[in-house]
Amino acid sequence: MSVTIRIPTQLRTLTGGAGAVEVDGATVGEALKQLDAAHPGLAERLFDADGALRRFVNVFLADEDVRFLDGLATPVAAGQTLSIVPAVAGG
Amino acid sequence: MVDCVTGLRCRECARPFPAEALHVCDYCFGPLEVAYDYERIAATVTRERIAAGPRSIWRYRDLLPVDDEAPVDLGAGFTPLVRADRLAAELGLGELWIKDDTANPTGSFKDRVVSVALTKARQLGFKVAACASTGNLANSVAAHAARAGLESVVLIPHDLEAAKVTMTTIYGGTVIAVEGTYDDVNRLCAELTSERPSWAFVNVNVRTYYAEGSKTLAFEIAEQLGWEAPDHVVVPIGSGSQLTKVAKGFRELGEVGLLDEVPEVRISGAQAEGCSPVATAFAEGTDAIRPVRPHTIAKSLAIGNPADGWYALEAMRASGGSCAAVTDDEVVEAIGLLARTEGIFAETAGGVTIATLAKLAASGAVRRDERVVALVTGHGLKTVEALTGQGRPSATIAPTLDAFDAAVRDREESESTR
Repeated sequence: MSVTIRIPTQLRTLTGGAGAVEVDGATVGEALKQLDAAHPGLAERLFDADGALRRFVNVFLADEDVRFLDGLATPVAAGQTLSIVPAVAGG
Repeated sequence: MVDCVTGLRCRECARPFPAEALHVCDYCFGPLEVAYDYERIAATVTRERIAAGPRSIWRYRDLLPVDDEAPVDLGAGFTPLVRADRLAAELGLGELWIKDDTANPTGSFKDRVVSVALTKARQLGFKVAACASTGNLANSVAAHAARAGLESVVLIPHDLEAAKVTMTTIYGGTVIAVEGTYDDVNRLCAELTSERPSWAFVNVNVRTYYAEGSKTLAFEIAEQLGWEAPDHVVVPIGSGSQLTKVAKGFRELGEVGLLDEVPEVRISGAQAEGCSPVATAFAEGTDAIRPVRPHTIAKSLAIGNPADGWYALEAMRASGGSCAAVTDDEVVEAIGLLARTEGIFAETAGGVTIATLAKLAASGAVRRDERVVALVTGHGLKTVEALTGQGRPSATIAPTLDAFDAAVRDREESESTR
């Protein structure tokens, strides 16, 4: 199942400049693991030592933060888009 | 110009960065924080040195992230700490103090953070000061930029209170109203920061320095209490930055020897129910803060996706503090209560703090045997819309003694039948 992952500017040095990468995976976690397999080095930027998403890394499936779905276990369907978005400062 | 900054450091992964206009770790996206040489500060700073300084935040220059002989300064800080016995009696509390930040140059605590941010921005060579704002920051950035001869570009949500808009435009900068919430404005500014690298967005690319200005609230409270810490401080939460930095300020006072040890100060947070993502997470015992779409009269706190919400939660929990949210009706009631009992006219955010204080006092989370300080962070004239229908004269009369007597008699009768 092909899923599109949108890559923020700060991580594009690891994707050869690509702003979007196609991967396979039935869940958010699988898709992100596949992303790291294709572009090694991404996992340590996205996950902490316990394998959880880093606190200031947001992953959106459609427009919803996956933390408020099933986290890394959230199922993804073919054709869906995941966006990796750094948390915004401000206030 | 000798500051005691050793650089910036990622709050999450501790990677070091130079003391430039950086705010996010390019490795893990964590926020950057100013790192100081506390031993050097401890060797320099004394209570006497502070007492000999200006009556502004700059008396604490040794503990600020930028030093400058002539900072960008309108006189922010060193605001009154007022003993509030009449309010304490109403709330069933013992020793209560109000930190009255309505007395700042543009009427809110934002002058503290902006004075620091623009002083640093000017040193870094920026010519334009910009920000995303719920209003108070807009006022302060426009005013301080005018003072410093910098251009200003201020972005605000389109539905702000009239006074805040007028007060921003009068200083002559560019003011852009954005059709959206503060969070939309903030996201736009985050994108603009990449597009306009020559602009200092005080709460984006110079946020690391800006946020440190809020530590001065803790410094002043301790100094004004005769170099003692309070037991409990109640702080309003928008982004969570102020609360986090108040906690840091008290800690630093112990670390540099201005207090004998790091004091144990309970820190409690106040939010409006119409925008209470942090209070909700606190109540649910979770770290995951679910962003909300704000709907409250407390527009200066209407941040649905608070950048420092997690750190605010951590500071409240670690200190044994609490957190609660109050309704808009309770906010309006609390603005009146504070004014009636202590003569201080607060904006809606101050109403949030006082209403939350009342709630926490009633539940026992704030105790009668504690020395309590509540932060009133902005002036009531900024948010008069929230009081529509309340600001009427007791009577409107012809200019005659008879009419006056009749009006006073009517009022006395209506009071006695209450």
